[in-house]
Amino acid sequence: MSSDEDPTSQRGLQGKPPEQRPHPTGRRNKQGIRIDPEAEAEPRVRKAVVSALVDNEPGVLSRVSGLFSRRQFNIESLTVGPTTVEGNARITLVVEETDPGIDQVKKQLAKLKPVMSVGELENNAVRAELVLLKVHGDEPDKVHAITQMYDGQTLDAGPRTITVQITGDESKIDDAVDAFRQFGIIEIARTGQTALARGDTPTTPGEEPAPEGTIAEEPSQPSANVQYSDD
Amino acid sequence: MSKHATAPQDETATDTNPDSETDAESTTEATPTQVTNGATAVVRSLENAGVTHAFGVQGGAIMPVYDALWDSSIRHITMAHEQGASHAADAYGVVKGVPGICLATSGPGATNLVTGIADAAMDSDAMLALTGQVPSGMVGSDAFQETDTTGVTAPVTKHNYFASDATTVGKTVGEAFALAEAGRPGPTLVDLPKDVTFGETDDDPGPPKAPARSSPSPDADPDAVIAAAEVISRAERPVCLFGGGVIKANASEQARAFAREYNVPVVTTMPGIGSFPEDDELCLSWAGMHGTGYANMAITHTDCLIAVGTRFDDRLTGGIETFAPEAEVVHIDIDPAEISKNIHADYPLIGDAATVLEQLYDAIDDDPETDAWVEQCTTWKEEYPMDYTTPEDEPVKPEFIVEAFDEATDDDTIVTTGVGQHQMWAAQYWTYTKPRTWVSSHGLGTMGYGLPAAIGARFAADDDQSVICFDGDGSFLMTLQELSVAVRENLDITVAVLNNEYIGMVRQWQDAFFEGRHMASEYNWMPEFDKLAEAFGAKGWRVDEYDEVAAAIEEALAYDGPSVIDFHIDPGANVYPMVASGGANGKFALSEDQL
Ligand SMILES: Cc1ncc(C[n+]2csc(CCOP(=O)(O)OP(=O)(O)O)c2C)c(N)n1
Repeated sequence: MSSDEDPTSQRGLQGKPPEQRPHPTGRRNKQGIRIDPEAEAEPRVRKAVVSALVDNEPGVLSRVSGLFSRRQFNIESLTVGPTTVEGNARITLVVEETDPGIDQVKKQLAKLKPVMSVGELENNAVRAELVLLKVHGDEPDKVHAITQMYDGQTLDAGPRTITVQITGDESKIDDAVDAFRQFGIIEIARTGQTALARGDTPTTPGEEPAPEGTIAEEPSQPSANVQYSDD
Repeated sequence: MSKHATAPQDETATDTNPDSETDAESTTEATPTQVTNGATAVVRSLENAGVTHAFGVQGGAIMPVYDALWDSSIRHITMAHEQGASHAADAYGVVKGVPGICLATSGPGATNLVTGIADAAMDSDAMLALTGQVPSGMVGSDAFQETDTTGVTAPVTKHNYFASDATTVGKTVGEAFALAEAGRPGPTLVDLPKDVTFGETDDDPGPPKAPARSSPSPDADPDAVIAAAEVISRAERPVCLFGGGVIKANASEQARAFAREYNVPVVTTMPGIGSFPEDDELCLSWAGMHGTGYANMAITHTDCLIAVGTRFDDRLTGGIETFAPEAEVVHIDIDPAEISKNIHADYPLIGDAATVLEQLYDAIDDDPETDAWVEQCTTWKEEYPMDYTTPEDEPVKPEFIVEAFDEATDDDTIVTTGVGQHQMWAAQYWTYTKPRTWVSSHGLGTMGYGLPAAIGARFAADDDQSVICFDGDGSFLMTLQELSVAVRENLDITVAVLNNEYIGMVRQWQDAFFEGRHMASEYNWMPEFDKLAEAFGAKGWRVDEYDEVAAAIEEALAYDGPSVIDFHIDPGANVYPMVASGGANGKFALSEDQL
């Protein structure tokens, strides 16, 4: 491929050096979105709860966790358990990412063969987490009082340690953990958040309702899920 | 007793002999394998899928499957190394447009396949790997040659399966085959414990059936198509960016019709080479790190990028900030996860490339006004020509060799490559006009891909298609044992080693970015590849001068069997243009001092 003027002469690579070429003024941000460089903002990271309905086949959890580690998705917690449909399980993930990052999390999850459907929960979703706290047993009455305050239960009480269980949304659990610090927390185990969409909305799109008879009776009071306000 | 074995040079039973019956014929005549156990069910499942060739290496845990192949119409090619088997299967699939099949035993056999599987994953090549495994009861005990193959390959497969039952293993293999080519293609693997392949069953696995949810709808959302059509109509400086997905979707015809109808300049990615004829006036060749200056200018200044079947790899985009910074992006892809992964898609069109291009074609009412823009692109072609000099008193320039081969062969010729400078020259200075004629390792950049790929391509190609492997001396050294296969099978392939006695691409980077400190990039000593070829039983030539080039090429092409030309090229030759890693495409350097 030679120049047009004289096809027989070879000139090697030709052309204007980089600084003499025209360059467009536009720019993209790190997410590949065209932006006004003047008004560029740091991409906002947010916490999202993503639910995935999966075939409960061997290795599904390692496929999901492997995906998160190799794509460097920031994951805060992951819970998994069977559903009422034989062979299905629900995985609930809390991720901290930018909007495009959360979009990728959902799409990459959906590509895994055992994953049937993926949904991001709305802010008003019903969320809960369970924590087990083992504290020093020197002040059983005070431990009991705080446990009551957080609607918790005492699971084990001995001369040296007391173990209690608290359930609730993330901020309630965080508060409870803070409150128990005064007794000296010996051990702690948190399950991570699990969540369902509120009301009629399916938790993951296209999700079939559970077969007849497997759904519990509607609770008589909407307060079955107590809205806990952090103080 | 030896099945399919042919003595070297035996003219009666080789693929390259036009008089021998073709594989397709022998398959239709062949009786299907009778299912008696898991292994025969596996083979029957492959036959049901239309498989005619498989590449692999024997070994303890996979022996039942090999034994079942004894009575099968499937032609098995024993490779020298399992990595070779995986690349051969990959390239076979690329050329033929079907999943390639490779087999290996457990443990080291399986781990040797991993490079080729990862390569196929990066380039979205359909491939099915079958690996032997220790008996189920011993799994987890660190048994002899036990490796957690599904664990090791999970990150580099679309999905993998651990077969658990003789009665279902055939169906599992069928599903893995179908999944490999469903939607966005990719590699799958089935791990086959020996008790499963030995286990009794007489169930015909039936035809391959893709798993639920794996075959996405081919059509894009019609409203999204209309919106994209409008932005294309309004565009003043549109560019079509055709990626490897165009070739995989067999959408080259639609891609050509689209670009020509609307008079839109075409840039391809490297895997997209061949999707659009490079001798067409609209074609600007490929963009990115070593792409043409004019492709990089066009992609930098476009106001509407119509990207089809590309994942916007960093070697294409350079720095994200400066990639097509003024373009509204229309992105057609079958994989929703590629939409806005690296480059935000203003107009995402999720679907099959051929179908969506037709949808777009139907939806565009007003042709964009592109005459001035096409003229601008043509000016860039003249301003930044791909050209090189050939001073007689200097060693032969590699670009000259690539062009000489291109001239000596016809348009159907298949080119495979290793990875490095030679790969870039083969991509830059050969004029590709047809899909599935450029077979290279893009996303993974696997040195050693070229020769086994040429072997796989040879089995997939028509008899009258030539197969040329441009290799680097370093890349060739990584898999040259596969020459034994080419000789044994008397495969008509030509390896052109562009020998600079360097790990050349690394040496080029050391000169540019590491003050010329040639740490571990100089070989100092190299075997004589022409003699090595002869020792294998192939034909070998050595070329040092310009006036030897044409004759060696002619002789090698005329030779009906494997041939190797060791071209001693200018050791100082560099690949330009070049966009530095993360740099702006529009600032491509024409020489080292511009980096
Ligand atoms: C398996 C593997 N190892 C290492 C590399 C890193 N690498 C990229 S190019 C290159 C040099 C290739 O040398 P050669 O095959 O002789 O080709 P040349 O660049 O000289 O044409 C190396 C070492 C690679 N791409 N693949």
